[in-house]
Amino acid sequence: MSLLEVRELALGYESHKITENISFTVNSGDYLCIVGENGSGKSTLMKTLLGLQEAISGSIETGDGLKRSEIGYLPQQTVVQKDFPASVREIVLSGCQARSGLRPFYSSGEKALAAENMERMGITKLARRCYRELSGGQQQRVLLARALCATRRLLLLDEPVSGLDPVVTAEMYGLISELNASGITIIMISHDIAAALRYASHILHIGSSIFFGTKDEYLASGAGKAFLMQQEGGSGK
Amino acid sequence: MIDKLGLYLQYPFVRYALIVGVLIALCSSLLGVTLVLKRFSFIGDGLSHVAFGAMAIASVFNLTNEMLIVLPVTVISAVLLLRTGQNAKIKGDAAIAMISVGALAFGYLLMNVFSTSSNLSGDVCSTLFGSTSILTLTGREVWLCVALSVAVVIIFIFFYNKIFAVTFDEAFARAVGTKAEAYNLLIAVVTAVIIVIAMNLVGSLLISALVIFPALSAMRIFRSFKSVTVCSAVLSVVCAFLGMIISILAGTPVGSTIVAVDVAAFIIFYVTGMVKGGIQK
Ligand SMILES: Nc1ncnc2c1ncn2[C@@H]1O[C@H](COP(=O)(O)OP(=O)(O)OP(=O)(O)O)[C@@H](O)[C@H]1O
Ligand SMILES: [Mg+2]
Repeated sequence: MSLLEVRELALGYESHKITENISFTVNSGDYLCIVGENGSGKSTLMKTLLGLQEAISGSIETGDGLKRSEIGYLPQQTVVQKDFPASVREIVLSGCQARSGLRPFYSSGEKALAAENMERMGITKLARRCYRELSGGQQQRVLLARALCATRRLLLLDEPVSGLDPVVTAEMYGLISELNASGITIIMISHDIAAALRYASHILHIGSSIFFGTKDEYLASGAGKAFLMQQEGGSGK
Repeated sequence: MIDKLGLYLQYPFVRYALIVGVLIALCSSLLGVTLVLKRFSFIGDGLSHVAFGAMAIASVFNLTNEMLIVLPVTVISAVLLLRTGQNAKIKGDAAIAMISVGALAFGYLLMNVFSTSSNLSGDVCSTLFGSTSILTLTGREVWLCVALSVAVVIIFIFFYNKIFAVTFDEAFARAVGTKAEAYNLLIAVVTAVIIVIAMNLVGSLLISALVIFPALSAMRIFRSFKSVTVCSAVLSVVCAFLGMIISILAGTPVGSTIVAVDVAAFIIFYVTGMVKGGIQK
């Protein structure tokens, strides 16, 4: 059985439909990239997959004994109140929360994991800083480190590289494909179609037309060609 | 002055009051940080009015142990308030305002119509402002307070990390499988318990102050959740202790004196925070 099987899904807010007829499957070890224009419903799809909101119709089935506590998630936006006192370390550690279950305190293994992920994201020096006083890119790295702490089998990323500088962006893509190579399944939303095509194994395109298939199928398909043309037209000034 | 204090401390009811006061201050400040950050400050206010209404019902029926009715009613209201906050047919703050004002009016009405007491306004005043009740605690009430306080502290420590996760980013917590609803419920129930026990100390109108002032003060200076929590707990205990000592020595009402000390502490922290922020920049 596949890790995730989505059939005939219709998405929306309070019965206002945004998009429908989304069907795809994700197998263990896949690297799925979700692409589409702004407002096409990518983030909504991700939230629906995570059970943060209800689908209008259709079914989402998980298989392979996937548990919620094995999933890591990077939201597109985290609205944190302006006066929230939280240090970087506290936030990254909170990613270990699902795996700690009912145990009240973090184990030394979990603390080491948090430290390792902070090191990976290059925020070890910021560990004691207050989250809300960081720059947008630094905040993004903190949330990524938190997502990495939560991940054991599946990692969902909503535009992970937005706000990161080119060097960290490249490192980030490298890191994600390393994780993928180590057996973690990736579902990533991205506007960076070039990177999507370089790293992903499967593409889901949502928008006026829906496409799901492997990268090569996407390149050959109408939707893929049209989207690529559009992207190149946009960036090839 | 020290002599006078020593004299007072020989009375068991004064010692009870100090113990209970410090415990209540500790409990109420612990959840304060979360309540402030979740924008639940007013739930405390609303619940305390509900507790007042329940108290009125208890006194009308001449119940000897008021807690038996006040505690369940307040806990149920807390759960309901949290529900409405989520479903948002009636917006959370409006629901709270409705329940809180309604309970207040209803409670006063009940006391007025049915009360047999000769000193009605005195009774109402002491329920609202907790003027003397803390000094008239019986041994049993003290033990109940101690037991509930210890339970609150244990629950808070046990679920500290979950409470942080749910407060900081509820969507993420839910996405990775934390039962956010359950923890929100827990927060609401514990809040209700704290409010019921804190009513003895400061009365129902001033409870919010006890809950939010230490948290707000600590947030002026500290920048991590843990340091803010620890600081607000310490601050709350110190302020409550000072406030009670002052009120014993100067003969002022206990509740309002404690809150006045809390306000003074807030001003000090606010200024310190500004100066510190200024230096850092
Ligand atoms: N909370 C909400 N309530 C109602 N409608 C919403 C809500 N959030 C998003 N929408 C609508 O749903 C549609 C899809 O939004 P979504 O955030 O999923 O787009 P997206 O594909 O992630 O876009 P982007 O590339 O900009 O991130 C948009 O038209 C948006 O206006
Ligand atoms: Mg989006």
